[in-house]
Order: sequence, then structure tokens, then C-alpha cells
Amino acid sequence: MANKLPKVPVVIVGMGWVGGIIAAELTKAGHHVVGLERGKSRSTQDYYHVHDELRYASRYELMQDLSKETVTFRNTEKMRALPMRSYGSFLMGDGVGGAGVHWNGQYYRFLPYDFQIRTMTEERYGKNKIPKDMPLRDWGITYDELEPYFVKYEQMSGISGPQELPDHVGKMSKPFATPPMKTSPGMKLFTDAATKLGYHPYIIPSANLSQDYANPDGIERAACQYCGYCERFGCEYGAKADPVVTVLPVAQKSGKFELRTHANVTGIVHDGKKATAVQYVNTLTGEQFEQPADVVVLASYVFSNVRLLLMSKLGKPYNPKDDTGSIGRNYAYQVNGASTSAYYEDRQFNMAMGAGALGSSLDDFNGDNFDHGDLKFLHGANIRFTQTGLRPIQYQPSLPGKPKWGGEFKQSTLHNANRILGVSGQGASMPNRYHYLDLDPEYKDSLGLPLIRLTFDFMEQDVELVKFIAGKTKEIADQMGATRTEMNDVIKQYNIVPYQSTHNTGGTIMGSDPATSVVNSYLQMWDAENVFICGASNFPHNSGYNPTATVGALAYRTAEGIEKYIQKGGSLV
Amino acid sequence: MTKQSPQQPKDESRRKFLKYSGTALGGVVVGGVIGGIIGTNRSKSGPEGAVPPEATETPQSPQSQDYNQALMFFSQGQFQTVEAAAERIFPKDDNGPGAKELGVAFFIDHQMAGAYGFNAREYMTPPFYKAEATQGYQLTFKRRDLLALGLDSLNEYSQDKHQNTFAKISPEQQDEVLTAFEKDEVNLKGVPGLAFFTILRNLTLEGVYADPLYGGNKNMAGWKMRNYPGNQMSYLDLIEKEEFIQMEPLSLHDHLQLS
Repeated sequence: MANKLPKVPVVIVGMGWVGGIIAAELTKAGHHVVGLERGKSRSTQDYYHVHDELRYASRYELMQDLSKETVTFRNTEKMRALPMRSYGSFLMGDGVGGAGVHWNGQYYRFLPYDFQIRTMTEERYGKNKIPKDMPLRDWGITYDELEPYFVKYEQMSGISGPQELPDHVGKMSKPFATPPMKTSPGMKLFTDAATKLGYHPYIIPSANLSQDYANPDGIERAACQYCGYCERFGCEYGAKADPVVTVLPVAQKSGKFELRTHANVTGIVHDGKKATAVQYVNTLTGEQFEQPADVVVLASYVFSNVRLLLMSKLGKPYNPKDDTGSIGRNYAYQVNGASTSAYYEDRQFNMAMGAGALGSSLDDFNGDNFDHGDLKFLHGANIRFTQTGLRPIQYQPSLPGKPKWGGEFKQSTLHNANRILGVSGQGASMPNRYHYLDLDPEYKDSLGLPLIRLTFDFMEQDVELVKFIAGKTKEIADQMGATRTEMNDVIKQYNIVPYQSTHNTGGTIMGSDPATSVVNSYLQMWDAENVFICGASNFPHNSGYNPTATVGALAYRTAEGIEKYIQKGGSLV
Repeated sequence: MTKQSPQQPKDESRRKFLKYSGTALGGVVVGGVIGGIIGTNRSKSGPEGAVPPEATETPQSPQSQDYNQALMFFSQGQFQTVEAAAERIFPKDDNGPGAKELGVAFFIDHQMAGAYGFNAREYMTPPFYKAEATQGYQLTFKRRDLLALGLDSLNEYSQDKHQNTFAKISPEQQDEVLTAFEKDEVNLKGVPGLAFFTILRNLTLEGVYADPLYGGNKNMAGWKMRNYPGNQMSYLDLIEKEEFIQMEPLSLHDHLQLS
């Protein structure tokens, strides 16, 4: 039977960005916190030999071990969901720091439009603009309300970015913590072309430091070396902000934080109104524990937040048939695929060099920054050129329609390795009534617990978005002085095999209506006042951006909500 | 195109590295490369000492035995088959060596002997159902079984079509056979042709371009053909440069310091 442990004030499930931020904030405020992490501990010393594409990128060294737990997937309810047996479409984090260790560091605050998307869409285009099966929702918080929390994340992690951003993105009350990243020749070509076309390009705000930086907590970190090993890798310099080199040391220094690794949480104990404890298994010894707590925080990214609630029967599961319940609804993703490749026969670029967040982008066709009146989709995409460091196993630039192996393939990939600049759109993903997460009826994890099941496909909205954004990428690429350009403007059925994006969202969405959302604007659960759930699982839709900025801001907001809750001694905050 | 910056004293490079790595910062440095990695073979090349590229060379060096080149998984017959197939996927040409010279078959052998061959970190729990194309690999085979059976079926198909084993038919015939597998026209021994071909192709490219520590990419010749600089610690001073910079690659071996 489970070992019952002494009660603690706060227990956090998952030690990535969200868990780390909340642990740091609450311990600084004097609260005792226990952090549970199913994976192992990590430090920058682990990454001295990290420049190993095979081990980290192709063999997923830092990701969740799928032999123990994966997800199942189907495009529609008519299909039988099958397990994702090996990695493809997205990569799930594991271990201290979570996916915050192996992200690229691209930092974008979501747009003011994102937080009030339903209201603003209806105001501008009328109610009929939103398709019947698209449960578009305001977030229950405005950009202005969330703004101070973005600032907190930026100062903590030392975000490097331009002094000024275009008017059509959210206003900043405080400039970025450090100056923007350096400008590579490819960025210059993109910026010049976009400017010539009347667009508003800017250097991508980056969590890879442009210079040495000391944050308000006294944490000092060194500048990025542009070594080209960010996404799927840990940073040996600590230049890329991750929880291990920013917030967790602050929590640890407080003396009020206890981190337990190899602690896989399997359930929340509750009486239907409040949680009393979490149950976890030590993955090394198999021992079971029950950790009572006054406050329970779910801090995994998306899937484990939803899965834990469903397994624990806490909250009302979403049912797409009658559109009731809330746990698991509004699963969304990222709509990539719109892109144009610019080929240069007369020059080569240093494409092996780069940083995860090195690049330039524009938002002229993101959010509602352009007129959707005659368009068959909502929202848009951040259009960008990035130079993240191209590595030779994963990057095989053979030409479309040409052989994928043999002499011609070899010649072509060697020739093109440093001759292609890509302009691409990172598209927003709108929710759909039939896209959701629930528990798989058949497949189990290594402990015998049900896997999370994912039902998702690309819709007409996505096809139209990709076609439109692709045209814009081509327009820009055509101005970049290339020998020729090739556009991709087609997106097909969602396929879990090729890697696309780790920006999964939804499942425990925030909102102002307890009937259709899971948490309030402090990420406090409507149905259990001492349970806080934070992650991209809170997003009612996904924007044309990377999610970490908004997840980070929500984590600071959650920490404040928990403090208020503790001070008030109960009830919703 | 080639940029050659003057060789600078090692001390300068070391000082810069300490600065970049944060070791020379005051206060508590939480991140940052400290200790072991500093003072490794930095003088060889890198940002301060980019050296001119060598002409593409034949990597075989008779000077020392490579004891890593022995078999952990394949039989010698299977090894010959996989080596011949990998060479067709990434053939020797004017650009430089093919899969055979690069040691790709040893790479594949070693991979199949380890965790990857056993699908150790993948979900292999039954039941197995026929999948839609969007749902990915659902075969009960472990990779090592898929590869071994696939090599057998490669030979069986070659025997049938060209009256000899795969390694012994002409390169044109080999391409024909591989194409049949790629088009999923072959299904022998329960092995779907395309599934086998896909894994064989991916393993071959991994063997060409993975760090040489895994047994392929012999002498970093895969990287050199592509002007890939391998494992460099910093491009801070180069990232803004307009010209293309060629440099002698570094491997993880160059960064190992145990004393």
C-alpha cells in the first residue's frame, strides 16, 4: 500500500517551466513547496558532449521514454486510435526542466487579439464569421491584465529582443531584458525584402542570451555562442534560459523547496470539492506514496495535466456528442506547412551556425492584423526566417520530386546544404468541437494506467490558412535575391509521423464560464478550489506563435493566485 | 568563398572561451561550461583558428587498426548485403566517399546491437492493429528483426530477378531491386518492402553524418563533403559574416578530456 507522507502546504506535479516558476515564486514568499518530477535531475554539466545529433535529435535522449508512456491518436472518432509507437509529430519532455530544457528559445507574447478572440472577431466580422463547430473562446483574461506577468518572465529569463516592436503586436510596459541577437546575412535578406514590401519585420525575441545577464534573482548567465544546438538539446553554456539555470536554483536556495525526482504522479486524491493529496510511484523502486497537501498544482505541459484529471475523475470530462463537460476540450496544435524555399546558386550561407531563436519575423499576417472579411479562415501566422543551425542527419535538402537516395540525391543534398533560405509561416490553430483529449479505452502505460487519446485533424480553416500564408512567404522570398524559389502551399490530413511542432495546446482551458472552461484567470480549477492547473493546456486555441512566453506569464499569474488563495484561507480567487 | 582567418595564439582563444562560457563572470554562475571542457583542442580550429579546408581525401588510413570495425549483430553475409545496399543509397562519387568507405555498415551493425535495434524507448505493447497511413509504424517487429529479415528478402528478391545475391548483382540491378522495395512492391518474409527500405535509408544517412564515435562518418569525411563543421563550441565571431566559411570539422572525440 501507499506510504502516506506528512502533509505539505504545496505540492507541484512536474518540474518544467511552470513548476519551476511557481516553486521559485512561492518559496521566495516563504511557503514550503514539494516538487514531484517523474524523470531525472539535470545540470549543464550533462551537456558537455551535447553536440551529438544522433543521440539527442534522432534518438530523443532528453524526451519522454515512450516504452513507458505514449499517446494514442486518431484523426476522427470513426477511426480506432493507435499508439504513437515512436516519435514523430511532437516531442514530449521529461526530467527536471522538462521540455524547457530542449526548446529553441523563441519568445513571443500572444497578441491582444488572442485573449479576446471571440469578442473581437464578432465585433469586426459579425457572429456568422465563426464556423458552427469552432468553439472559439475569450480566455477570461485580457492582454493588458497578463502584461505584467510577461514582464516578470522576460526579466527572469533575460529575453533578448528589439527595443521596439511593431504597433500591431501587444504593447510592452518594459523593454526586453537584453538587446536583440546578432543579425546573420539571411536575416538581413529577409528583413530587407519584407521592408521593401511594406511589412514590419523584427528580430525574434530570444531566450538565448545576446549578452551576459544577471537577473533580478541574482542568477548570472553567459551569452549565447550561436553553436547551432538548441532544439532537442540542452545548453552547456546555460545561455538558453531553462528552468534548471533560472528558477529552480532560486527555489533551492530558499531552503523551502524539496525536489523529488523519479516521482511519477498517478492520481489526485479528492472528495469531489477539494484535493487532499497526490499519489505517486517512485519509478526506480516501485514504491507508492501518498503526499497530502493544502494546494495541488498540475504543471505539466498539456497531456499529463489532462490525463491526471481524467484518471482521478476530477472535473467533468468533455463529451463532444452533446458538447458538455470541459476536461479535454479544445485540443489544438500548430498549423505549419506554408513555406517558400529560396535557392541561391551563386552563394552559400553558414547554415550550420545559428541559435534556436535566431531569426527575423513579421506579424502583418498574424492574428487579426489584416482583413479576414473575404477570407475563409480566422487568425494567421507569424512569418519568419530562422537560422537555428542546420544539422546534417535531419536536414536532407533534396529537390521536390527528385530521388530520395542514390547518386543524384547525394549530389543534390551536398550542393544545397548551405544554399537554401526558408521563409515559413507558423500558423495559428483554431479549436474544433471534435478535436479533444480523453482516455484511451484499450492501451495502457507501463503501470497499467490508460494512455491519453488524441483526436485531431486539419480542417478547411487550416487548408485555407496555409494557402494564403504560403503566398505571402513566396512574395517575400521572391524579393530576397535568390536564383529561384519554390513554394509549398498544401496541407493535408494530420499525420503523426513527420515532425511538425511540439506546440500542442488545450484540454484544461481557461475562461470565465465554469461550464465550458476548467480554470479561472488565476488557473484555479472551478471544480476544486485548491487545485491549480497551468500549462499550454490552458490555451482555448493556439496562436501563430511559440507558446512558452504565454505559458511563462500564466505560470507567474498562477503563483500569484496560489498566494492569494493561501492568504484568503480558501475559496476562489 | 573560402575564408581563412589568421591562426591566433592559444592563450587568446582560451581567454575568450572563458569569457564566453561565463567562467570569468563574477558571482554565482549557474549555467556555463566549466571544468572539464576548457582547455581542450581549441587551437586546432574554431572561430579564432579557422583553417583552410583540405581537399576531399580518402579516409582509409593504414596506420592503425580500427578495432571498432567488427560485428556486433550481423552475420558476415548480412554485413555484405547491408554494405552493398548502403553504398547504393549513398554512393561514392566525385564529391567523395560513399557509405562503404565511410563505415556506414559498421554503424548500422552497432546500432542494431543496441537500444535502437531493440526499440528500447518505443511503445511496443500489444495489441497491434493495421494502421491508417497517418498513424505511423505499427509493426510487431523490432528494428533488428525488420532489418535482418529485410536483408534476407533483399537477397531472395535479387535471386529471383537476377539469379544472384544482392551484393553480387550489378549496381544498376541493385538500384532496380531497391526501387522495388521503395515502391512497396515487395513483401517477402512478412516484411513490408517500404518499411524496410525507409529504415535502411535512414540508417545509412545517419551513418554518413553522425559523429564518428558511432562507427560511421569515418574521419569525418561525411561532414567534410558537406562543409559541415561538426562539433564547434562557438560561432559568436562568425555568425554575422557575409562570406561562407569553411573549417576543419571537430568531433566529440576532440572535446574529450578525462584527466
